[in-house]
Amino acid sequence: MDAILIAKNVTKRFGGLVAVNNLDLEIQHGQIYSVIGPNGAGKTTFFNCITGFYTPEEGKIIFDGHEIQGLSTDHITRLGISRTYQNIRLFSNMTALENVMVGEHPHLKTFWAEAIFRTPRFVKEEAAALKEAQRLLAFVGLKGVGDNLARNLPYGAQRRLEVARALASKPKLLLLDEPTAGMNPRETEEMIEFIEMLRDELGITILLIEHDMKVVMSISDQITVLDFGTKIAEGKPIDIQRNPRVIEAYLGRGAASGLGNARQAAARPS
Amino acid sequence: MNQAQDTRLDWRTAARLGLLGGVVTLYFGAIGMVLTFSVRNLLGTFINVGQILTVAGALAAGYLVGRTFIEAGRRRQVIPMGLLAGFMAGLPPLILVIMGTLFPVNPMFININDELVQLITFGLGPVLGSVALVLLSTVMGLVGAALELMDERPRRALINGVLWVLLLGLFSENAATILEKFIGHAAVRWMFQNKSLNPIAGAVLFIITFGFSFLGSGDRARQKWQSMPPEAQQQWRKYFIVLGLLLALALPWIVGQFLSQVLFIVGLYVMMGMGLNIVVGYAGLLDLGYVAFFAFGAYTMGVLTSPQGPGGGILNFWAALPFSIAVGVLFGVLLGFPVLNMRGDYLAIVTLGFGEIIRVLAYSNWLAPLIGGAQGVLGIPSPSLFGFELGKPEYMYYLVLVGSIIAAFIAARLRDSRLGRQWMAMREDEDVAEAMGINLVQTKLLAFAIGASFSAASGAIFASRLHNIFPNSFGILVSINVLSLIIVGGLGSLPGVVVGAAILVGLPELLREFAEYRLLMYGILLIVMMLVKPEGFWPEAARKRELRGEEEWDEAAAAPSSAE
Amino acid sequence: MKIDLERISWVDIFLWLFRIAAFVLIVVGIYNTLAAGKYTSEQWVTLIFSGLAQGSIYALIALGYTLVYGILLMINFAHGDIYMAGAFTAVFLAEYFAENGFLAAHPFIALTLLALLAGGVSMALAVLVERIAYRPLRNAPRLVPLITAIGASFSIEYTFRGLYGPGFHAYPPVPALSGSVHIGRFEVPTVQIVVLIAAVVLMAGLYFLVERTKIGKAMRAVSENQDVARLMGIDIDWVIVFTFAVGGLLAGVAGVFNGLFRPQGVYFFMGFIPGIKAFTAAVLGGIGNVPGAMVGGILLGIIEALGPNLFLEGLGIPAANQLKDAIAFTVLVLILIFRPQGIFGERLAEKKA
Repeated sequence: MDAILIAKNVTKRFGGLVAVNNLDLEIQHGQIYSVIGPNGAGKTTFFNCITGFYTPEEGKIIFDGHEIQGLSTDHITRLGISRTYQNIRLFSNMTALENVMVGEHPHLKTFWAEAIFRTPRFVKEEAAALKEAQRLLAFVGLKGVGDNLARNLPYGAQRRLEVARALASKPKLLLLDEPTAGMNPRETEEMIEFIEMLRDELGITILLIEHDMKVVMSISDQITVLDFGTKIAEGKPIDIQRNPRVIEAYLGRGAASGLGNARQAAARPS
Repeated sequence: MNQAQDTRLDWRTAARLGLLGGVVTLYFGAIGMVLTFSVRNLLGTFINVGQILTVAGALAAGYLVGRTFIEAGRRRQVIPMGLLAGFMAGLPPLILVIMGTLFPVNPMFININDELVQLITFGLGPVLGSVALVLLSTVMGLVGAALELMDERPRRALINGVLWVLLLGLFSENAATILEKFIGHAAVRWMFQNKSLNPIAGAVLFIITFGFSFLGSGDRARQKWQSMPPEAQQQWRKYFIVLGLLLALALPWIVGQFLSQVLFIVGLYVMMGMGLNIVVGYAGLLDLGYVAFFAFGAYTMGVLTSPQGPGGGILNFWAALPFSIAVGVLFGVLLGFPVLNMRGDYLAIVTLGFGEIIRVLAYSNWLAPLIGGAQGVLGIPSPSLFGFELGKPEYMYYLVLVGSIIAAFIAARLRDSRLGRQWMAMREDEDVAEAMGINLVQTKLLAFAIGASFSAASGAIFASRLHNIFPNSFGILVSINVLSLIIVGGLGSLPGVVVGAAILVGLPELLREFAEYRLLMYGILLIVMMLVKPEGFWPEAARKRELRGEEEWDEAAAAPSSAE
Repeated sequence: MKIDLERISWVDIFLWLFRIAAFVLIVVGIYNTLAAGKYTSEQWVTLIFSGLAQGSIYALIALGYTLVYGILLMINFAHGDIYMAGAFTAVFLAEYFAENGFLAAHPFIALTLLALLAGGVSMALAVLVERIAYRPLRNAPRLVPLITAIGASFSIEYTFRGLYGPGFHAYPPVPALSGSVHIGRFEVPTVQIVVLIAAVVLMAGLYFLVERTKIGKAMRAVSENQDVARLMGIDIDWVIVFTFAVGGLLAGVAGVFNGLFRPQGVYFFMGFIPGIKAFTAAVLGGIGNVPGAMVGGILLGIIEALGPNLFLEGLGIPAANQLKDAIAFTVLVLILIFRPQGIFGERLAEKKA
């Protein structure tokens, strides 16, 4: 296996605050890779550096052989990275289908003027795009709701719609920012299975930010722990659970419940 | 505040609403609307628009009070509360009477004068007239509240009947011109005397419209429509479009020259509205300098086709039109550049600044050798087609009709394409749109360019119809007109543009007295629309749902909606 | 080092070309004018002082934009018209004072009363606009309050047109302010000095209010973070109303100052252009930044006063004064291209990120 994403010495500052400090990591093809850490540890900032929303002050991010730090967001998406958001950010006044079709954008080729004259190429492409969007909706379990406005969908459906939209750009690497936030245990269970299916069936590499330790420990191949922007540990789930620095980072701040529960959860036979 | 009303709904609510209605009347009086509109007779010579304005506040207050109390399930209180609201609504206008009587020639409030006092006291003198005013207001409050007590059907029929009579009275001159072609001169002269509707004709009209409305033919048609399968609806929709087109083609010959000119202006604004709708409605970029592209189109046409201009009339209309559009697009892109990275509100004020720069430049001596400065460009020829000159408004109307249809066609096709989705995604959330691989620069510039092209084409037609153009035709007010009309019609809605243009451009052209208050009404309308009906009178989303007709997601109502 | 072409977009290239062109034009224009030596230093100083006085008026209006922006992150489009309302109302009192000789006999008291009336009217109107057009829409999409703001702007203009008529009303001359003062070897009209001093006093008062008083602290807290401020027990609605009121007051007073030294008079549409210019001043200083608005206003006044003679003439443009208004708007566009966060501002860049 070779690396799909390599971060080398990535540093991002906001004024005096170092949000991501000298971060190194390497994600292999087909992994489910998790980044965890207490609130404000710089996880989402790191996501934003990968997707080009922020430009890191130092370091390199290499995706699939390209150096991508400092490229524009849309360019990076077209290279094959897409993401979801911690607080769902759908195009809320567009229908579910339209949301997914916006996601397909990087793969549509027709020139805008072709739309005015409805050239055969345009008609064919639109039909294919619509079909693909319907397929993706069905894939995430949203068959038949395509014509509802995104804002009218229930919470769980909105999360899945966001994933469908991200998948529509046919990413090689999918960044999921707390995909199970706000979900009940049953929904969370479904999401875990869904993420594993994405990897196994579509072969997409997944980079995950997650707070729910049960989720992280059960599906990650590799975990990096951030604290104050710095990597304090890296390894397989079992190593992370035993790592004293990780426990300190969590327990030392009084956020004990997270890891404690997770250990119980991991200990429990599933 | 609403909750407080629900828990403590009593006479204070009615009094407050009544006072509010009265303050509105006071406002209409103080800014001179009552007086200005009093020259417009509605029914015979004894009901005019000014009087309607004087009592409208009381009527509306009574109506609102009636509804509030009925919604709270207190039917028995509706009548006394309506009376109270009407009475309270009669009090604030008395300030006008007092001021007008004590300071008859006021240098400050120029519209509060003897004439106004005469009008609102029905010529009965200040004291007796004040009593009469309050009494009439009280009655109106009662009428408003009583309307709410009526059954749905007779009420709607009643309101429809009254509205028809008022509308025909208001537009009696225009209605006369049209009806003359169908029912002959004598009948029309009898129906419309003194520039208003003959009371007997009004009564007949009322009975007819009341009857039709009461029998509820509209309801049945709607039910039938809803019970149709979607394919049949599609089919009928096509018939309606064809019918509408035929009507649009015949229109200038039905309505005559004056109204054709009005239709022509409405058409120009429809074209501009289609363009601005792309920029604001689809792409979410609030452009307040939109008039600039109209000006570019008009000046390019003028300079290239006028024999008196620097171009010496080298081109005819059709040859110059592509240049007009090209110049509009070019500047659409150029002016788009500096504002690419700006947030919505900055964009608005910068584009406003652009519009002003263009106007200042148009006036300047610096550019006068090219575009004539304050003198403008004169002697722009009419377009002609196969040697046939299209100068008359009836023909120019066809030109803008074709232009509007092309603009609407392009807008509709683009809306349903990848570009349309790009625009809407960008409107919803720029950051996410970019993360979907959308190139924001390209998408924004395309919106500016296509929007500018419609406006420039409209400007070119405008120039060749007016023959002479001056810088003061291209002020900020044009931009505000266009913005208002697309908002009133419904942002992002194509039929909304037409509806908006008809209401906001057509009506004021017909109501000449209205001109002074046109922008006041626009301003108020913008606020009220945003507060009460932000989706506009003909919103787009409804159309989509209707067309596709897929089942609703029924959990949606129960489940928590989107997370903030 | 290799230049990575992927990283340079053609928009950047265009904007750089634009920047260079703007810079070259300005430098060439100024050089030509100065080399031609058409104006004496007295003339330049006269221009600078009129720019200072005009600029201090822009600054007072700009404060209203900046205060509201700082707290609500919205542009109060109707602010220019709020400024008009005070000036237009007070002109009638000024005419009355002039008629009965009060203005000549007690200029200080009369002017104070005028300023109070204008400030009061503008303040009341600002609060009313907030209540009707902005408060109900505080959580609506951004475009919505912007549209109501435009609506409010036009409603105010044409309401006052209806109330007071479409004509111009000139502020009567104040005898006490009609002379001029000698500063060194330069002669400066008294009215400009008085306006400048009064404006500076007001701005100092505002600075004190924002920095040292309890309500000022609350304003700053709300502009930092509304949710936290609410948790700290600050009445957000009251702070917002207060902000609008202060902005309105300053604008109304600025309206009287404007009337004093501009003979064209006041009318219902007078607020439109100063409104955009004051917004420009606020952006120039860094929107949301109180001292920034003050400096931005004065700077804009000077640029506008010097601009036509200093560089437009040098570029060979005839009747350059006609383009005076265009200068301010060009400045707006240039700042947004060169330094969108303004002179003092960091906020915009951060909030956008």
